[in-house]
Amino acid sequence: MGDLNTSMIEKYRNDFLKEVEANVEEGQWVKMCMQCGVCSGSCPLGPSWEHPPQEIFMMIRAGRRDEVLKSESMWMCTSCYNCIVRCPRELPITHIMHGLANYAHRLGLAPKMNPTRRFAKIFWDNIAKSGRVNELELSMRLYFMDGFKSGVQKGLEMKDIGIGMLKTGRLNPFGLFAHKGCKDIKGIHKMLKKAYEIEDRKKGFVA
Amino acid sequence: MARKEYSFYPGCSSERRASASNYMVSVESMCQKLDIKLNEIPDWNCCGASIGYAQGGELPRHVMNARNLAISEQVNKGQDVVATCAACWLGAKETKDRLAHDQGLLAEANEALREAGMNLVYKGEQEVRHMVEVLIEDLGYDELRKPVVKPLEGMKIAGYVGCQTNRPFGIAGESFENPKYLDHLIEIVGAEPVEKYDQKVTCCGGALAFSEPEKSQAQIKKIVESAYDYGAEMIVTPCPVCQMNVEIYQGQINKRYGTKFNMPVTYYSQLMTVAYGGSAKEAGLNGQIVRAPRLEEIAAKGR
Repeated sequence: MGDLNTSMIEKYRNDFLKEVEANVEEGQWVKMCMQCGVCSGSCPLGPSWEHPPQEIFMMIRAGRRDEVLKSESMWMCTSCYNCIVRCPRELPITHIMHGLANYAHRLGLAPKMNPTRRFAKIFWDNIAKSGRVNELELSMRLYFMDGFKSGVQKGLEMKDIGIGMLKTGRLNPFGLFAHKGCKDIKGIHKMLKKAYEIEDRKKGFVA
Repeated sequence: MARKEYSFYPGCSSERRASASNYMVSVESMCQKLDIKLNEIPDWNCCGASIGYAQGGELPRHVMNARNLAISEQVNKGQDVVATCAACWLGAKETKDRLAHDQGLLAEANEALREAGMNLVYKGEQEVRHMVEVLIEDLGYDELRKPVVKPLEGMKIAGYVGCQTNRPFGIAGESFENPKYLDHLIEIVGAEPVEKYDQKVTCCGGALAFSEPEKSQAQIKKIVESAYDYGAEMIVTPCPVCQMNVEIYQGQINKRYGTKFNMPVTYYSQLMTVAYGGSAKEAGLNGQIVRAPRLEEIAAKGR
């Protein structure tokens, strides 16, 4: 994947804005930002962003490629869409942040240990496997992502919640063995494979 | 024949023994009382949720939603698609929106769809709507009031709308900053809404409740605290993620902040089921981790 990063650097030279416009979901909107800062002020996790959205937009235009793509910032997005509905220029900010995070992840530049990046990957793999969320497997994988010991510890921290969910019939104790998922899961797998192929071809991610 | 009929997209959390199974139970009861028929989209798949973006990217995410919508077009002809989950609704509606405005993406989505079974072609024929949208727009507040036999008198309830049933699409005619429809629904079932609930559209943290628990719990604390401040005895919401996050982490928040939260968080459909004379079980009240005793009492009355 490191090679993909190198080839993108070579392809776009120092024009990071152009790279974002071509490869990031809704990236063509970035140049429309007028730096008012409403997005940054509206974000529920605003103070947790190293570079809030408004800053990210300016950094893209300033060609600060590494700082943007290696940032933890976009991974703070909770998908609340507050920035989208308040942006006076109507930029689809939530989608651009998702797109940037996805692109950074695709290039292998996203922070490896960022918990939201890791959870997002576990989540997608979970649904792509059977077509539907397997909630027990999802939480188990999340708890045990740093190994057995910390998994047991996290499991204990979450014990009361887990028991509560089980008692109220909101968690399947047999989810690891008896999760049904979609009937046409083979078809879904082929469909997703094709979708990745098309997207990679379009964005020049394959030679 | 039922009064209204829809193509139904229940979503993963609504499945049996999943985190919003209590929502599903109450939606079924509510729809029965209102004579609404829900035709489940056969073999529906996950919408990808918002958090799917990191690994799913753009086209794979849209293709997942396009598959559901294409099956619906083929099987439940001429019906609007209705989702009960905010994230499912948003995901499906976003795909419809994006594919309607991007012919290239539409062609690519259909190219991928051909790989799945059922000879699917997505055309974009059906509307994608949320259950509250359908209740308000197709039936209307007056019709929703008619079946009330047990008004929830004396209850003060904070209507927590949250994010994804409100933004970016929302309910027509409502503002993003202070939507009123949930308050109206609370009034209709005979309870008193918290008019000035200032955390009505605050984000609960969504999927980051899993990955960034401290940051999310700070959000949830504000949401619950404000409900207490205004004298509410219950929070009600239209979103399964909001419901789960705001309800189940109260114990951890109590430990973290030394608070004594014990606030029931229910769905609008649970209030309506009880007000329409349904039992606690029909309203899915046995699915509450923080029990809703007053609602259970009213449901048990006269049985």
